[in-house]
Amino acid sequence: MSRTMNLVLNVWRQKSAGARGQFVRYEAKNVSDHMSFLEMLDVVNEELSAKGEEPIAFDHDCREGICGACGVVIDGVPHGPNGGTTTCQLHMRSFKEGDELTIEPWRAAAFPVVRDLVVDRSALDRIVQAGGYISLRTGSAPEANSLPVAKIASDSAFDAATCIGCGACVAACPNASAALFTAAKISHLALLPQGEPERQDRARKMVGQMDAERFGHCTSHGECEAACPKGISIGFIAKMNRELLSAMATAPNEVPARK
Amino acid sequence: MELNARAPAGPIENRWSDHRFQSKLVNPANRRKYRVIVVGSGLAGGAAAATFGEMGYNVSCFCYQDSPRRAHSIAAQGGINAAKNYQNDGDSTHRLFYDTVKGGDFRARESNVYRLAELSVNIIDQCVAQGVPFAREYSGLLANRSFGGAQVARTFYARGQTGQQLLLGAYQALERQIDVGTVEMHPRTEMLDLIVIDGRARGIVVRDLVTGKVSAHIGDVVVLCSGGYGNVFYLSTNAKGCNTTATWRSHRRGALFANPCYTQIHPTCIPQSGDYQSKLTLMSESLRNDGRVWVPKNAAACSKDPASIPESERDYYLERLYPSFGNLVPRDIASRRAKDMCDEGRGVGPDVAGVRRGVYLDFGDAIKRLGRPVVVERYDNLFQMYERITGENPYDVPMRMYPAIHYTMGGLWVDYDLQSTVPGLFVGGEANFSDHGANRLGASALMQGLADGYFILPVTVSNFLASQKASMVDENHVAVRQTVAEVEERINRLLSIKGKRTPDSFHRELGALVWDQCGMARTEAGLNLALQKIPALREEFWSNLAVPGTGQELNQSLERAGRVADFLEFSELMCRDALHRNESAGGHFREEFQTDDGEAKRNDEEFSYVAAWEYTGDVSRPKLNKEPLTFEYVHPSQRSYK
Repeated sequence: MSRTMNLVLNVWRQKSAGARGQFVRYEAKNVSDHMSFLEMLDVVNEELSAKGEEPIAFDHDCREGICGACGVVIDGVPHGPNGGTTTCQLHMRSFKEGDELTIEPWRAAAFPVVRDLVVDRSALDRIVQAGGYISLRTGSAPEANSLPVAKIASDSAFDAATCIGCGACVAACPNASAALFTAAKISHLALLPQGEPERQDRARKMVGQMDAERFGHCTSHGECEAACPKGISIGFIAKMNRELLSAMATAPNEVPARK
Repeated sequence: MELNARAPAGPIENRWSDHRFQSKLVNPANRRKYRVIVVGSGLAGGAAAATFGEMGYNVSCFCYQDSPRRAHSIAAQGGINAAKNYQNDGDSTHRLFYDTVKGGDFRARESNVYRLAELSVNIIDQCVAQGVPFAREYSGLLANRSFGGAQVARTFYARGQTGQQLLLGAYQALERQIDVGTVEMHPRTEMLDLIVIDGRARGIVVRDLVTGKVSAHIGDVVVLCSGGYGNVFYLSTNAKGCNTTATWRSHRRGALFANPCYTQIHPTCIPQSGDYQSKLTLMSESLRNDGRVWVPKNAAACSKDPASIPESERDYYLERLYPSFGNLVPRDIASRRAKDMCDEGRGVGPDVAGVRRGVYLDFGDAIKRLGRPVVVERYDNLFQMYERITGENPYDVPMRMYPAIHYTMGGLWVDYDLQSTVPGLFVGGEANFSDHGANRLGASALMQGLADGYFILPVTVSNFLASQKASMVDENHVAVRQTVAEVEERINRLLSIKGKRTPDSFHRELGALVWDQCGMARTEAGLNLALQKIPALREEFWSNLAVPGTGQELNQSLERAGRVADFLEFSELMCRDALHRNESAGGHFREEFQTDDGEAKRNDEEFSYVAAWEYTGDVSRPKLNKEPLTFEYVHPSQRSYK
């Protein structure tokens, strides 16, 4: 019922942030089609360790597609060929005997490589720091049902809020734009009445921070949506643009570039 | 050691508000003189760090992941309970309190549980105000659903990603404080030891996981929100990085560890498919509302295509054994029966090391009865997740399920203020032994993490700080340098062994051992066997471990080695606790102590206490301290589901 396969992996190795990196060829033997991609890397790593070589470093944690920690580019596609999935949820039945795979970290100036396949995505946290929240103190909340939220708005807000912050959108984009990530958070909070008081400031500041982080600009390729494990729609980018335009109409000179 | 829970007296519904009034406050202008250290950035840690920051304290928050938003709280699926009674079906603070005490099999502290139920409503208010996109009715008001067989619909949810949305609410609040400057965030930084000076917690020693640098962080108080120890079993629903290091190291520095044998097993997880398996994925309990659990009556049929097995040869064993609850028996019961079937040789699915570990959860009848569109609406996202992982389509073939470790009720002992036995060390969330007793109800973990983080710790930590002068210990204090040196020495030891076995190989072996002997069903003989094998494995670890690379770089093998080393000590305590507790209660099932129909048999006369273990210097000889439990409001009874 289950089959095994032998693969060749060309994996990006880089000792540290400032070091030169290169592709190194590995053989992955007897890979079961039930294995997840990361389990396959685990097995390769155990073999490397057994030989006294340093294993391939890669970020991962939940291994169930929700924490956003994992993510590599496989044959040029972030999170691999299937779409709508994270690397940890990609299983080896999507590959076949003799496949040769190129495995790289997310590539973006704003995501410097830390080691091997591990990159620094703190730029995404800084975008959230710039305004991706509602400025409420613990304890000051009104009763939960005192502010009805139309079901359709709440459902759409969820569709935006479901972003796992993995950065595949940036990695997929030819411009390395973080528009989808930023738009998802802006849209989530713009769709809810709780987000209304800070709505314009939020759009201004988050877009300002995104630009300050050296991400590229969005030119509507749509690669981000195709790579997004949660299927977030580029319609939210359009919404972000409208939010920003509306914010600029009221205060045209205030699109601050922060840190 | 005398264990004083310091729970207030008086009518239970007034205890928390009375206690809040009695708790001392720190003047807002003085708060910036104090530094609060928070370890962990999940629901408890993130909420606590954000709230301390809002209050004006200086906060240092640490997590091992690259961002605080990755904490494993993010993976919780089903929902969060609160006693709002929006459904008008008889819910109340008192009922939620009652259900939780009973669900915990009468092994929790009443005062703590009542407070949890009381705060549940505030949590929902807070989350909604933060913009958490909970499910709504057409009126625009919040929706609820039933969960875990409860008789009221009190669960608030955001599709199947409630944990994610709640965590993002806390994460966003935390990021705001980071921006304002009240919180210094230290991601990719792991706590490896606690600094205790003159009996008080004064800071932590951490390792920067990128540079390898070991350093001390001094504070006026330390708050551990570092999660549970489920990963001791290697295969669990925990994230790969989840570990017990922060709590275990604190235990070794004087914090008592309570009830480690209370572990929770979730019955519906996707089974192991091979020995390379790295974790087990949870499938929401809601599936058991419509799916039917079965295995073939004959062991010989187990390798056959399930479609070829006629109805008469299928054993719907939960329906057979529990006519009134059927497939909806509680988690611990469903889990044990699944294990029994597989132990008897009637498990299904791939053969892993000679045994098939899986039972069928079949939607065939549900599709016939309800029609496919209804099944799609209720379960489609779960079916898709299942298909992605197994390659099988639950619309066409029955799902395969097996129980897996999911949550740990045990943890560091804390009093009513959530302070451990080390003054100045507070513990929140799954890391403490908390309010769930011997078994946690579904949809209550999220509730406890946020209650601790948003509402309890800010009050109780302030009370502690108000009676301490804000005086930071010097970094060059001998005890600080000593603790840093001990951590560095340990790391060097791990690196210098240069044996033949990887950390993962030890972790797998330990996990299999404790799963077999201290998992769903425990025996005296099995636990004694574990208590022989664990020290032997630990000895082999320290003489045969192989960790490539150095400590001055990102080294994931080294990280894992340190965590496994701590699991190799902790696991012994867990088994010892299970051995000493000669009864069955909640998640702790001793085969020698069961009723005639195979249910857990408590011994309230002898075991109605919290077992709080003290480190004596010898891992194999911990000292037992008992905190007696008294029940004034909920009278202990035998749980039955027939």
